[in-house]
Amino acid sequence: MSMDLDAPVYMQQQEQIAATILCCNCGAPIDGTTSAGALCSDCIRLTVDVSQGIQREATLHTCKDCERWLQPPTSWVVAAPESKELLALCLRKLRGLSKVRIIDASFIWTEPHSRRIKMKITIQQEAFQGTIIQQTFEVEYVVASQQCPDCQKSYTHNSWRAAVQIRQKVPHKRTFLYLEQVILKHGAHKDTVNIKEAKDGLDFYFAQRNHADKMVEFLQSVTPCKSKKSQELISMDIHTSTKSYKFTYSVELIPICKDDLVALPLKLARSLGNIAPLTLCHRVGTAVNLMDPCTLQTTDVPTGVYWRQPFRTLADVTELKEFIVMDIEPTGLSNGRYLMSECTVARASDLGSNDITYFTRTHLGGILHVGDSVLGYHLTGTNFNNEHFEEIERSNQYGSTIPDVVLVKKHYVRSKKSKNRSWRLKRMAKEYEDEALAGGNVPTSKRQEQEQNRMEQDYEMFLRDVEEDQELRHTLDLYKVRQQQAQPDQMEVQMAENDDVDEEAETVPKINMDELLDDFDDMNMDDNE
Amino acid sequence: MAVRAQFENSNEVGVFSLLTNSYAIVAVGGSENFYSVFESELQDVIPVCHATIAGTRIVGRLTVGNRKGLLVPTTTTDQELQHLRNTLPDEVKIQRIEERLSALGNVICCNDHVAIVHPDLERETEEIIADVLGVEVFRQTVADNVLTGSYMALSNQGGVVHPKTSIRDQDELSSLLQVPLVAGSVNRGSPVVGAGMVVNDWLAITGLDTTATELSVIESVFRLGEMGPGGSGAGAGAVNKDSIVESFY
Repeated sequence: MSMDLDAPVYMQQQEQIAATILCCNCGAPIDGTTSAGALCSDCIRLTVDVSQGIQREATLHTCKDCERWLQPPTSWVVAAPESKELLALCLRKLRGLSKVRIIDASFIWTEPHSRRIKMKITIQQEAFQGTIIQQTFEVEYVVASQQCPDCQKSYTHNSWRAAVQIRQKVPHKRTFLYLEQVILKHGAHKDTVNIKEAKDGLDFYFAQRNHADKMVEFLQSVTPCKSKKSQELISMDIHTSTKSYKFTYSVELIPICKDDLVALPLKLARSLGNIAPLTLCHRVGTAVNLMDPCTLQTTDVPTGVYWRQPFRTLADVTELKEFIVMDIEPTGLSNGRYLMSECTVARASDLGSNDITYFTRTHLGGILHVGDSVLGYHLTGTNFNNEHFEEIERSNQYGSTIPDVVLVKKHYVRSKKSKNRSWRLKRMAKEYEDEALAGGNVPTSKRQEQEQNRMEQDYEMFLRDVEEDQELRHTLDLYKVRQQQAQPDQMEVQMAENDDVDEEAETVPKINMDELLDDFDDMNMDDNE
Repeated sequence: MAVRAQFENSNEVGVFSLLTNSYAIVAVGGSENFYSVFESELQDVIPVCHATIAGTRIVGRLTVGNRKGLLVPTTTTDQELQHLRNTLPDEVKIQRIEERLSALGNVICCNDHVAIVHPDLERETEEIIADVLGVEVFRQTVADNVLTGSYMALSNQGGVVHPKTSIRDQDELSSLLQVPLVAGSVNRGSPVVGAGMVVNDWLAITGLDTTATELSVIESVFRLGEMGPGGSGAGAGAVNKDSIVESFY
């Protein structure tokens, strides 16, 4: 290998001093008071090699799949070719370089297919007392490939050690859409090996048991759930009695969602502050928060209490009907943001055909006005097949208090699909357990199409919830939609929709731009959508 | 004449030997190679004495001497002292001195007339040096080093000092010594010229690493080419001649 030798750097004095000694090597007259080791500069240049003991060849390991570099001992770092990071990595590889001062280091271009990286390094080192020598030399690195553990894992099937199966037995996916956002916000999915969507829930796979433990604990801190651990013996060494297990955590969420109508067992209702048993779930945190819309009395059903005596919902959001407020009168009673009002409503579908109106009490007094459209459960016209509801009907105390209508939330008129949202949510990449669910862009069977439609509906409903509920919004990360280039056909569609948009503009709740986050990662992922 | 030699793989010949105009002391080595170099050059001219000082072989650093005398440190045993007295010529006065700086070869540098000594040497020692060696004593440093014996090699003809000695210091020292001085190195750039070589008026023995350039500097400053125990030393002093004639007849 060729070696460039630069002139030694002397601490030169300004005034020229006459030569006092002869160089011990070549006999050239030099100034002994400044020379090093009685050698002239030429002899130092020829005889002293400060780069001695520094490796001139080294091996770098890179993973072919993820193109990351091994930074010994175990970490893998991303570094572009000829980047600062790679330079640092290369310099760290060289033994003996720490003993000298590095002045400069740069890459020498090499053909990438040669699997060689060449570097030119300039170092300084004190050769004798008071004499610093600067020297430039080249180092060649051989790029060897080695698969990183992450890639190994991704190429190996069933490499999970622990799985967390989250289930909620409800006909819609809103809870999971919400949970997905919470998990994304807290980065709780970072350690997952794989995420699979299964019927009624999600499966999270982990490489280590404590990652799964962490996930379960996270879920317990954000959702009302119970978990059960089970383990399966994979292998055992009878000599050392080391065993390897696969762990599965079954996490079941309480199947009660926000805005669900719940008929509590009478006994439980009595124990929960003697609340009227027909209640509305107004919030789900780590416990289920129930409210009696007629009295604004609220109560919490803790997870433990629920699972001791589980009950189902009486009606869920899919059974909501639209009503029109005919008359509304506040009673003056309030609880938090809820304001109790007495209200007369009519079914939106009845308008124009009959004059049937229903009188009810509602907690939405604060936001409802005469003429507003509101969603509610129509109890008079419905047959519930629910033992707890029948119990309520039979009881002397509550039998007569069942209202005709339970209003749940204000209804905003929207165009069929509001594509012009100024915000968006991130999604997790999931695998589908069921082949039928795994439809790509083009649904092949009718069942797939239905499934996809339902998913879209659920997602739309979830997005509306996010828009309407500020409290819910605070627990999520919302991102700004990137400014897309206005394409001609899109413009036309927008023009056509403009009328609807104007009407909506006043009524539909909008999210303030200040609440939205700028999306920095995956910048170029969605651009071509 | 200048000769290269090595003592058991060490180039520091001045550590293991002492050379004066009237005698030489050589350490006891594993082999007789080093001794043979002295013997071949000095046979029948001056006595070459095998000796140890305080049981060690670093005789050149522990002792100092010239034609007239020899100083040994207080650690020298009686037996060693007796051996030296028996071997060396009777005219050579041998004196054991009590001095804290016991490596006398490092702190004292002398020829037959002048001695340059470590500035911290005791006054009593200074007096003994003057009496035994018959020299004028100066407390001086060589290129800011107090170990004058290590960084200076001196004979009656000239002297070599530490390579970093400035011209001004060289002038000052040579005016004290009344001999020409030159800055130089031995053993391929080693600045410890006192320990790297031994010299008297006609012979210099240096380490084996000494380069031709260094050797030529040494030969010219000590005027070794012109002088010799049996040569027609044109500029040889009367002092020197005594010993030569003595041994020749």
